[in-house]
Amino acid sequence: MSMNPEGQESPASRSQMTVSEEVAIQMNNVHKWYGQFHVLKDINLTVNKGERIVICGPSGSGKSTLIRCINRLEEHQKGQIIVDNIELTGDLKHIELVRREVGMLFQHFNLFPHLTVMENCTLAPIWVRKMPKAEAEEAAMTYLERVKIPEQAEKYPGQLSGGQQQRVAIARSLCMNPKVMLFDEPTSALDPEMIAEVLDVMVNLAESGMTMLCVTHEMGFARKVANRVIFMDGGEIIEQNEPEEFFHNPQSERTKLFLSQILHH
Amino acid sequence: MSERSQSYETGQHPDLPAPVTSTGVIGWLRLNLFATVPNAILTILAALFLLWFIPPILDWAIFSADWAGQTREDCSREGACWVFIKVWFRQLMYGRYPVEEIWRINLAYVIALAAGILLFVPGLRGKPWIGLFLLVGFPIIAFFLFVGGSFGLPEVETPLWGGLFLTLVISAVGIVASLPMGILLALGRRSNMPIVRALCVTFIEFWRGVPLITVLFMASVMFPLFLPEGMNFDKLIRALLGVMFFSSAYMAEVVRGGLQALPKGQYEAAQALGLNYWKMMGLVILPQALKLVIPGIVNTFIGLFKDTTLVLIIGLFDFLGMVQLAGTNPDWLGFAIEGYVFTAFGFWIFCFSMSRYSQHLEKKLHTGH
Ligand SMILES: Nc1ncnc2c1ncn2[C@@H]1O[C@H](COP(=O)(O)OP(=O)(O)O)[C@@H](O)[C@H]1O
Ligand SMILES: [Mg+2]
Repeated sequence: MSMNPEGQESPASRSQMTVSEEVAIQMNNVHKWYGQFHVLKDINLTVNKGERIVICGPSGSGKSTLIRCINRLEEHQKGQIIVDNIELTGDLKHIELVRREVGMLFQHFNLFPHLTVMENCTLAPIWVRKMPKAEAEEAAMTYLERVKIPEQAEKYPGQLSGGQQQRVAIARSLCMNPKVMLFDEPTSALDPEMIAEVLDVMVNLAESGMTMLCVTHEMGFARKVANRVIFMDGGEIIEQNEPEEFFHNPQSERTKLFLSQILHH
Repeated sequence: MSERSQSYETGQHPDLPAPVTSTGVIGWLRLNLFATVPNAILTILAALFLLWFIPPILDWAIFSADWAGQTREDCSREGACWVFIKVWFRQLMYGRYPVEEIWRINLAYVIALAAGILLFVPGLRGKPWIGLFLLVGFPIIAFFLFVGGSFGLPEVETPLWGGLFLTLVISAVGIVASLPMGILLALGRRSNMPIVRALCVTFIEFWRGVPLITVLFMASVMFPLFLPEGMNFDKLIRALLGVMFFSSAYMAEVVRGGLQALPKGQYEAAQALGLNYWKMMGLVILPQALKLVIPGIVNTFIGLFKDTTLVLIIGLFDFLGMVQLAGTNPDWLGFAIEGYVFTAFGFWIFCFSMSRYSQHLEKKLHTGH
């Protein structure tokens, strides 16, 4: 938005970093500590618009922390994170701007149990985007249809199965019309027979051109939709590659070990 | 018989009615009162105890009681003498509020009661507005009605207020003020800002650490010492402030319990959707946290309601205080029991209603999780 037609940065640019029109997320030399514990070590990552990225790695390697830094659920201490041309600093205004453009899915769905499915979906559009209620409900209905549960709109989350809840959570995020979607192991709390219904919706979403960052160990999903697979270990990005290359020709020993562990059962 | 032994395919068996012995009166008796031998013995003992205990009470309170008359000479003294209550009824209800102005109190009661009943009409729209009226509009109206001095109403000074009326004023102010103050204090105590947090912790721990009697005493005796000469605060207002601070400190801790019981994921999901702090709290966190602690909140309300009787200490005559005053009247010595039974009954009605209302709310707000 801050670029003129020649592709040169206008002086009014919000940050001195060159951020192209095509870039959705830019992380430069990002570090994070929990007390003494160095969770993220020098993370550099550029995510282009429309790109679908799968992040994998052993438990405790910092995958959740990484994507939670992108909507500032966690604060980084060093480096620079720019989302949708807005740099994440302590500035609350910036944080709120970023959050309304970035949707997030959680392992445990985190639907609001005191609100119906419809109210879950319209809460943020009404209160954050100031959308009229009728319009918000209409939009919510189209997204509920997209995740194939329009008939549950008046139920409470507690009355739905895990797979249905996660699909409602996807619809709830989509209602904000986000530019980027983050997924933190969205299927790992689900019973096996419900995983497919959620993955279907995610594949569908990927095909619609959504920018997605997805922490998951569903390698079938990664093969099908990812442009790039990132492997993390010990707070570092060890390796990243296209899915075919990544799975068939891993470069580092740690990646090989990890792949042999998850592909063997 | 033949139907029972008939065989059905899996999943095709028709529903049969439950056996007679597990439903109806007999089923209920069996299940709840005579399920085991010890259970049956306890049932019989309890029944005997009630038979021994209840008839004399009923006899004292109703059958042998005196109802008619105007003076103590009308009391036969075989049972309770409710003439005592009848004679003192106006004072027990309104204190020394001028007789010709009592309609102002009754009018306020009627308004509150009407609004309260409307809140219970199922399917009525605009209930939030009625609630808002009860919390904001009504107190303003009530203030002008009770105090007077404007709109052509003669002023009634607070030392004349008393009886059940005073009890209701003090507890209503305490209840209405303590919930919002308690919520703010609880949020402050969990805030990231060190100064806000320290202030809230200090406030809560101070008021929670001192007995209400001390608070009232300080409010009425010590507080005026710190005020400049000539400046004088109404005694009732001082007591109200004391009760408000005291109960909001308790309320804060109840609310904090609810806030802590909510999973972190609820905060994160709200933030991830772009809700700012106050919207997150108001729309997502507090509705759930408050619902969780309804029993604790109502418990605090009930405690506060009964604690208002302590204002007697600073010379305010509430419901209980008025009964005691009446009992020490030379013409009516020896009727304390009737007085206390009557007050106990009055307090019980209010507290029991609050408890039932909280159960009703809990059921209504249950959304199946
Ligand atoms: N709030 C926290 N405080 C301290 N340590 C934490 C916190 N959250 C996560 N960690 C630690 O940081 C590391 C990375 O966590 P996480 O990003 O959740 O890993 P992953 O999602 O890859 O399993 C883990 O060792 C975890 O114990
Ligand atoms: Mg994780």
